[in-house]
Amino acid sequence: MSDETILKVRNLSVDFPIQKSVVHAVKDVSFDLKRGETLCVVGESGSGKSVTARAILQLVAKPGAITGGQILLDTSSGEVDIVKLGSRGLAIREVRGRRIAMIFQEPMTSLSPVHTIGHQIVETILLHEKVSKEEARKRAAALLGRVRIPEPEKALDRYSFEFSGGMRQRAMIAMALSCNPEILIADEPTTALDVTTQAEILSLIRELQRDRGMAVLFITHDMGVVAQIADRVMVMFRGQKVEEASVFDLFERPQQPYTRALLGSVLKLETPAPRPPRPAAEEPIAKIENLELHFPLNAGFMGRPTNYLKAIDGVSLTINQGETVGVVGESGSGKTTLGRTLLRVYDPTGGQVMYWPSNGEPVDIATLNKAGMKSLYGEVRMVFQDPHSSLNPRMTIYQTISEPLRTNTDMTERQMMDRVSELLSRVGLPPDIGDRYPHAFSGGQRQRISIARAVAVRPRLIIADEPTSALDVSLRHQVLDLMRDLQNEYGLSYLFISHDISVIRYFCDRVAVMKNGKIVEVGDVVQICENPQHAYTQNLIGAVPRPDPRLRADAPQ
Amino acid sequence: MLIFILKRVAGMIPAMFAISILAFTVIQLPPGDYVSTYAAQIAQTGEAVDSAVLANLRERYGLGENLAVQYVKWIGGIVRGDFGQSFEWNQPVTELVWGRMGMTALISFLTLITMWAVSLPIGIISAVRQYSVIDYLTTTFAFLATAVPEFLVAIVLLYISTMWFGVSVGGLFSPAFENAPLSLAKVWDFLQHAWIPILVIGLGSTAALTRIMRANLLDELHKPYVEAARAKGLPEGRLVLTYPVRVALNPFISTIGWVLPALISGELIVSTVLNLPTAGPLLLQALKSQDMYLAGAFILLTGGLVLIGTLISDILLAISDPRIRLS
Repeated sequence: MSDETILKVRNLSVDFPIQKSVVHAVKDVSFDLKRGETLCVVGESGSGKSVTARAILQLVAKPGAITGGQILLDTSSGEVDIVKLGSRGLAIREVRGRRIAMIFQEPMTSLSPVHTIGHQIVETILLHEKVSKEEARKRAAALLGRVRIPEPEKALDRYSFEFSGGMRQRAMIAMALSCNPEILIADEPTTALDVTTQAEILSLIRELQRDRGMAVLFITHDMGVVAQIADRVMVMFRGQKVEEASVFDLFERPQQPYTRALLGSVLKLETPAPRPPRPAAEEPIAKIENLELHFPLNAGFMGRPTNYLKAIDGVSLTINQGETVGVVGESGSGKTTLGRTLLRVYDPTGGQVMYWPSNGEPVDIATLNKAGMKSLYGEVRMVFQDPHSSLNPRMTIYQTISEPLRTNTDMTERQMMDRVSELLSRVGLPPDIGDRYPHAFSGGQRQRISIARAVAVRPRLIIADEPTSALDVSLRHQVLDLMRDLQNEYGLSYLFISHDISVIRYFCDRVAVMKNGKIVEVGDVVQICENPQHAYTQNLIGAVPRPDPRLRADAPQ
Repeated sequence: MLIFILKRVAGMIPAMFAISILAFTVIQLPPGDYVSTYAAQIAQTGEAVDSAVLANLRERYGLGENLAVQYVKWIGGIVRGDFGQSFEWNQPVTELVWGRMGMTALISFLTLITMWAVSLPIGIISAVRQYSVIDYLTTTFAFLATAVPEFLVAIVLLYISTMWFGVSVGGLFSPAFENAPLSLAKVWDFLQHAWIPILVIGLGSTAALTRIMRANLLDELHKPYVEAARAKGLPEGRLVLTYPVRVALNPFISTIGWVLPALISGELIVSTVLNLPTAGPLLLQALKSQDMYLAGAFILLTGGLVLIGTLISDILLAISDPRIRLS
């Protein structure tokens, strides 16, 4: 790594006018980027990290605009101020893709669906360099090979939707690198990917960076990723730079209270929360046996399906009373489908789900009739991932929380109002917000409302599908602690579905690891996380980036 | 690709069958038949109606038989290329229909091309320059054009051109060319007449298509792939045309499925007002006089035209969008 600075950002400010007020998305931010180094910009949602990255390429979406500062790019003919180049015209286009390239968060949508991968890469090369089409195509194939896409010649003529998410991000990287840029801006490039794919992409970026001596500006919210790849770290909060330090200094000696709080909430999830010991004799509340859900594929015209998609392929799992059972797996493993099948969102095609209601004999949810299911909705509830779309925007908070009470109990309006305000204060919200609408609340507050809705009817089992994935890290353990308190108070059992090992380790008693619709391993959470037996689990746990830079190969002793 | 087209063509056969049953049902729905209409006409003129002649007529055309037999007779003839005899004109339907249907197909096709040629660029401009003066102007115009009924536009145009400019705009040809053989001069004459029906018929749908293109493109303009393409240094104009417009084109192409029926039914009214030698006025007359073979042939052929239009749009979609072609 040389000490030569390639990019100097000085007092950068970006404003977004909204109706009558102005949001200062980036306020007076300055930093340097040196050739060959990786600078991570880290912050929670709304911290201005993405806007900063876009400002460097003059890509700030309207009505946002750069209102002050300089972005000085070192070129052979002296320094060029990107702010002065404007967002249109040849000068800025010569910078984009040629000198500074960018990769984005959503590999699924960042490539055009109607052009081949090859077309999109060749186009970039031809834009910036005077080479023949054949020459450009040859280079594109070599690039695809370099990012380890198999059969690069054939891949050139394929479309992005024919690739998996990881492969698309590789193609995106190949496109970004096609003109040998000096700076690569990566805006959360692995956030939408599974952990094992994330590990591959991160090592690829690191490798390419070393090969080319390229500077990388890496935007992320994940402290684990920062610890793994950063040379230096810049922490942002509400549009301002809070702290900048080398990665080792930042993790070991954070200077600012915000950085300490951020690291604290990350590290809190690194150790399991204290749990009461399990009773010697477990009483099951639900017992899943050989559950199957097969979707027919290739159903031809009036024909029989020739194949089945085995979304759930013979799953057996027991949830005991008062227990939290985690289900972990990568996207497509069937974990979400499993949760939904338990509430008969899908009708299982085989197996059974025995459930012990509070009064009476065990019932088989898999074959229960409509009336039976209806009475069950008072005992088994669900909490969803996205607090922004799981609350009806046209219903007030009171209507939302009282809805299950209305359908499952015969409480009077008066009783419901009392119950709702009691629930609101129980989940840590002011009790008088009942007549407001969801848009008035932040993501964390909405998830608390979702939880209040789920526990309103005093259920016995809650199926929580990634309840913390859409939340910033500082909110995650707060929501989990709330769920834990409610569990102790009401004697709840949880089926907790997540892709995030650290959240599972923090929160669950036992965990089941799913892959391709099957459970590959199930056991005590500490045992699975620290001593996994199955090769897939070992791979999965090993790929999780730990928020500790000292675990890196290049860490100083 | 070939398999895709063959599959679509095979899918048209049951659709065509359903249309034929529908067409037959529609022409059988009104009470009575051609003979009773004919008898009423004669009675109006004051002459005595000989019931023996009427019965004879009924027998000749098989009108007394059961509906299923009538349908089989009708459709059996059509498969062999015989659409039956028109009662009113006393001519084979085939001779009456082809020229008229040809004109309808030609006018509809020209209108469709014009609509696309006009609405595509306007839609793109008002999306890219959202909330600009041009956007507001086209929006206002589009709402007006959608709201005003086509026949009214036709009448107003007729009035203006006749009263103010002294030009007759009815029909598709000047009298001199009506029966002349095809020549360059005749084509030129046709185009001079055709622009009015094309304008009138296409106006509403053009306005609707402009709005659709604008909405489609606005959805696409802020997608991540557009930003990614901008980040690699594409000039703005080329960027918009090669990326978001390509994707926004898909719903646009598939509008042919509903635009074509709208065109053809709009054509019926407009052609009656403008006195065009297309299928519309003749179909209307045939329905009024219960000339069932003639009316049936028109409904069937119009249905066929719509199916062909849909097939064309399916093929165009498959060409333009690999996601349809490959999955």
